[in-house]
Amino acid sequence: MVHQYKNNGYNIVLDVNSGMVHVVDELAYDIIGLFEQKNREEIKQEMLEKYSQAENLALLQGDSEEELTVDGLGAEIDAVYDSIVQMKEEGNLFTDDIYEEYIDGFKSRETVVKALCLHIAHDCNLACRYCFAEEGEYHGRRALMTYEVGKQALDFLIANSGNRRNLEVDFFGGEPLMNFQVVKDLVKYGREQEKIHNKNFRFTLTTNGVLLNDDIMEFANKEMANVVLSIDGRKEVHDHMRPFRNGAGSYDMIVPKFQKVAESRNQTNYYVRGTFTRNNLDFADDVKQFVDLGFKQISVEPVVAQPEEDYSIREEDLPKIMDEYDRLARYIVDCRKEGKWFNFFHFMMDLSGGPCVAKRLSGCGSGTEYLAVTPWGDIYPCHQFVGEEDYLMGNVFEGIKRTDLREEFKCSNVYSKPKCKDCFSKFYCSGGCAANSYKFHGQINDAYDIGCEMQRKRVECAIMIKAAEAEMAE
Amino acid sequence: MKHIKTLNTKNLKDTMKKGGCGECQTSCQSACKTSCTVGNQSCENK
Repeated sequence: MVHQYKNNGYNIVLDVNSGMVHVVDELAYDIIGLFEQKNREEIKQEMLEKYSQAENLALLQGDSEEELTVDGLGAEIDAVYDSIVQMKEEGNLFTDDIYEEYIDGFKSRETVVKALCLHIAHDCNLACRYCFAEEGEYHGRRALMTYEVGKQALDFLIANSGNRRNLEVDFFGGEPLMNFQVVKDLVKYGREQEKIHNKNFRFTLTTNGVLLNDDIMEFANKEMANVVLSIDGRKEVHDHMRPFRNGAGSYDMIVPKFQKVAESRNQTNYYVRGTFTRNNLDFADDVKQFVDLGFKQISVEPVVAQPEEDYSIREEDLPKIMDEYDRLARYIVDCRKEGKWFNFFHFMMDLSGGPCVAKRLSGCGSGTEYLAVTPWGDIYPCHQFVGEEDYLMGNVFEGIKRTDLREEFKCSNVYSKPKCKDCFSKFYCSGGCAANSYKFHGQINDAYDIGCEMQRKRVECAIMIKAAEAEMAE
Repeated sequence: MKHIKTLNTKNLKDTMKKGGCGECQTSCQSACKTSCTVGNQSCENK
């Protein structure tokens, strides 16, 4: 499968199954588009007709010093066609999807758990309008995780982690700093246990910043592999969606603290993480605000909400969002040209490495290697399923009781989702978020269609930025 | 005249040989908690 598109002056060809990205001129772009529909002679004839016209021939001249003439056109067409044939033979273009059996074999391995989202506090000191946790309470009661439950969760993780050495624990909420002593105690316990069991705990913290202080920052800088700082961008956008329970805005209180966190972590291993809604479809301006505030690790992501919510993203918003992602991508390219670097999480793409195909096809690991734990120790497939009683899998004291649910999640991948079959983005989103599929379609093997549209656009923008960076490096 | 420039240095197919160690970060532990960002993660087994 090949996906071709034009963006910001670049002609881009993505060979989906190999992940190879090619930036091509107009002639190659046209020939690749015809390659599987017509034979060599037909393509050559069509190209000769098109590029014999002066305005089209000029498109091929580009910056090349060699002057291209109509007489030389036939040889150029042959050369491009031969290159494409060679690329196909080398497995870099028009490759087949050979992974389905491979991933079945991979999935049949014994399930291990490697990551827990610990709901340290089902309570929050903010009342964010879009919160999927319903102001921290997740369709249930306010509660704080005890040390005993947390300790049992870490024991459960170690006991079920098989040979995996790197174990991840995210302190999540609600607002985890409302239960900070337990966070500290669990980190201490984890550090003791990792030595005994030859594991490496990577702790992370997701916070709204209200309770952040110097002591917590010092602790986080010592112990947390990553810190996610929740903030939405411009003050008016943030304060509208992320007020205190009394309605007052939280922006002025948290911004200086977040700037201090970013600097004290040397601008690495953290994210300022915002949510955009239909109230700020001009979210590139929120990213710019983060850049202006000095942040280098930035994530701004679309809200996931049902259509009846006034802030939800609807199908009619998509054209504006597509344009906005383009605007943001062009802004990033401009910044790169000026030597002003920052990272935008949703445009991250590593063409020299990145995840292996097993990772890309097996999904996020929810319900299998990634689980969420409530304050009282119940286990759900992920943080977004917490409170959905049909998805209660077990608890940290007795382990996984609903092995049927684990199997359902284990078998969920891009090949089990009809919508993913012909999607060029399937190796980047891995079939999308199971919770989003469930929320919009009542089952995990579907896909959240609006999210898919945005995901495809982000992949296109991310590749365009890579093309621009490659050009800058020449 | 250069018509085609390839940006990658790594082909996905090649990762079948020694991939799947599972030591890399779970996508929802990185920054997002609402979409699946598997493709954004780094490999720990290069």
